[in-house]
Amino acid sequence: MIGVTHYVALSFLLFTIGVTGVLVRRNLLTVLMSIELILNAANLNLIAFSRQLGDLNGQLFAVFVITLAAGEAAIGLAIIISMYRLKGSVNLDDVAELKG
Amino acid sequence: MTAPFFFWFFAAVVVFGAVGVVAMRQPVHSALFLLLSFFGVAALFITLNAEFLAAVQVLVYAGGIMVLFLFTIMLVNIRRTAGQPFVHTQAGAGLLAGILLLAIVGGTVVASSRVRGLSDAGAAADPARLASTSITRNVTEVVNGKKVSTPVTEEVAGNSQAIAWGLYRDYLLPFEIASVFLLVAMIGAVVLGKRTMERVD
Repeated sequence: MIGVTHYVALSFLLFTIGVTGVLVRRNLLTVLMSIELILNAANLNLIAFSRQLGDLNGQLFAVFVITLAAGEAAIGLAIIISMYRLKGSVNLDDVAELKG
Repeated sequence: MTAPFFFWFFAAVVVFGAVGVVAMRQPVHSALFLLLSFFGVAALFITLNAEFLAAVQVLVYAGGIMVLFLFTIMLVNIRRTAGQPFVHTQAGAGLLAGILLLAIVGGTVVASSRVRGLSDAGAAADPARLASTSITRNVTEVVNGKKVSTPVTEEVAGNSQAIAWGLYRDYLLPFEIASVFLLVAMIGAVVLGKRTMERVD
């Protein structure tokens, strides 16, 4: 029988893959995609508990998380484009001005 | 909760897509794997009685965000980066941190699944509660020349309608703030993305 634990475990696995992507990848576009994976994991968690508790609030929170993800993607991609204009590259290693 | 086959199948799709996002060298391939993962998550939402959110997931993520990503990938010249390594210099440390996170949170999930009640799938609430809500409104009518308002409670059916009532009644202020947030994000994206204008003298 599939319970809430299975969904939580899956959501956590998705979250871990996303965090690993943020840490490992060099391309800024893929880092942004990994952040989308993390937000998806959060949504899955919210909706699994909403189902378990019979409470609609989890789904309403997920609506706001999706709104946030849309705004974040728009701003993030605009930043990537303006960085590409500035540097001619979308690699994280090339943006190291603040490195000590 | 649901038929185990659907969960395991779509869980496998989601994890396969997510691993593909991280492991693919070309950003276009990553984006297509991300699309696969989004569709898998939408299917899992359906197994969790969240039909409205499944539709929103497909429309917003697979429709809107994915188009934004693909446009950006096309705008940015990725051929220039083709020969270089696709993971950055601290990739080993990043992978190690990921594995440590897997161990820590995985251990927590396994430990908490032993707690009674959480792992008990039979204790899941009635799914009908997610698809209906009761609303109370005042119905005003004229009786003998006087206005009389009586509260009437009625049930609305359907996941979308239940979410609409929650969104427009209980979460009205956050909903309005979200609309302002989207406006700010849109203006910000336009300002950040547009070329700097040459001054015309």
